[in-house]
Amino acid sequence: MTDLRIHRHPILKYVRGNPLKFYFEGEERTGYENETIGAALYATGLKEFSHSFKLDRPRGIFCAIGQCASCRMRVNGVPNVRTCITPLEEGMTVERQFGAGEKPTNTEVRKTFKKELEADIAIVGGGPAGLSAAIYAAKFGARVVLVDRFPKLGGQLIKQTHKFFGSRKHDAGVRGIDIAERLIKQVEENPNIMVLSEAEAFGYYEPATIAVAGKDTIYRINAKKIIMATGAAEKALLFENNDLPGVYGAGAAQTLMNTYGVKPGDEIIMVGAGNVGVIVTYQLLQAGVKVKMIVEAMPKIGAYFVHAAKVRRMGVPILTRHSILRAYGENQVEGATIVQLDDNWQPIPGTEKDVEVDGIAISVGLRPTYGLLDQAGVKIQFVPELGGHVALRNRNLETSVKNIYVAGDIAGIEEASTAIMEGRIAGLSAVIDMGLAGDDAKELRESVRAELTELRAGPFGARIRQGLEKVEVL
Amino acid sequence: MAENGEKIVCRCMDVTVDDIMKAIEDGYTDIESIKRVTGLGRGPCQGKTCIPIAIGIIARATKKHPDEVGYITPRPPVKPVFFELLADEEGESE
Repeated sequence: MTDLRIHRHPILKYVRGNPLKFYFEGEERTGYENETIGAALYATGLKEFSHSFKLDRPRGIFCAIGQCASCRMRVNGVPNVRTCITPLEEGMTVERQFGAGEKPTNTEVRKTFKKELEADIAIVGGGPAGLSAAIYAAKFGARVVLVDRFPKLGGQLIKQTHKFFGSRKHDAGVRGIDIAERLIKQVEENPNIMVLSEAEAFGYYEPATIAVAGKDTIYRINAKKIIMATGAAEKALLFENNDLPGVYGAGAAQTLMNTYGVKPGDEIIMVGAGNVGVIVTYQLLQAGVKVKMIVEAMPKIGAYFVHAAKVRRMGVPILTRHSILRAYGENQVEGATIVQLDDNWQPIPGTEKDVEVDGIAISVGLRPTYGLLDQAGVKIQFVPELGGHVALRNRNLETSVKNIYVAGDIAGIEEASTAIMEGRIAGLSAVIDMGLAGDDAKELRESVRAELTELRAGPFGARIRQGLEKVEVL
Repeated sequence: MAENGEKIVCRCMDVTVDDIMKAIEDGYTDIESIKRVTGLGRGPCQGKTCIPIAIGIIARATKKHPDEVGYITPRPPVKPVFFELLADEEGESE
């Protein structure tokens, strides 16, 4: 059977637990503890997870982090299980789902619980922003409840194997995965912070209540302050057959290989030569995946020069003014047709070229998640410089709805280092506004703000600064 | 199957570029109306990948600013939640 698991890696050591037997449509397969169902299926060569409900088109993983719902399958007789975030268990039966899925045959009712929690501060999202907000708020005695979707805290930082840029003060030269470990340890050791893992915040209710679905418990968290740090989702791209299994976000490719040690394919093409596209390309090469080329619609490469130069040296051509026209293949990606673009972004006839690949990774940017904010009635504006719809706020990151703060990618797409600074500011602002902390917290906030300003200085921060002028208006 | 070259905007609800263009031709020019007419963004993910693409298409076709096209409000549950968690056993309440 196909084995796409990575066994040797220059940076990462994969901690696979015990082997687990499971069944895909009656056929025995092997996965491991710490793998999700989706990762185990990908590792054993399956890309086609389901068929869509109206057009009966094959579908598979697109985001790999529980955002997009493309990975839903029937697990143990229950339809609509998001396999990309559901941990694999011994003896599971997994089947492709067709359309909305047949009703469950497994009608055994689990014992479930309801719990009400009181908190000074509820934080939604356990990435760099959420963790930092929790640490800085708990420093001043706030009782914090931190809600996170994944089995492991750290958000997308746990798959960032590259070293960070910037000054030493901002962890330049340290790998994202190591920064994540440090933050997670501080949160887990802090008695003022209660962590709800594998828990999905699914609704906001007045006056400041978050509804959360845990594994077997529904929580109602009544908080005095709420910090939304729910991050971003990957953007998709329009081309023919853009939904074919094997077309996925660059971040999804990164999750499969860096979090689960599974190659997203053997030979792939990267669409987009921004920082994410180029860094993930480098990581794909480290994982033993052949990246045939990067195509970029813009006339120039968006990524930092050193990164782009590195992947070129390693033999990956970067074709600017090129785009993807279509994906092709029977039920999963067998290739991509690329094309050259003219100065008006139109395909130049006759320049089409087929490239045989088994994966197409899309890195055309991220978009802030705004769902819970919108439910709360927060004023939201479309700001292209920040990636999409973001909350209006004041300098302390409080939104137009009193007691609701934002931090990290939800406030505008930036870097993990700026997310950490925003998390600290939001955490400090919450304790200051509650009266839990005084001048020392205010001083600390000023120094964090100064560091954040420094991170955004220079030509790379120009666009972000422009975007912030439109939203820091309260 | 994959030969017919559909360009999918909304993966959950199988809404194509052609579906959106047709809705625009029928006179719907804001995202909330187009959501109701085509099903865009009404699946379990509530518009995670489709809304930015749809805003782009609508803004270009109608020459509106993206802010005028609007956005949709995801309803609770913003993420799929199993019924067994929401349901109470018979006669039991909190």
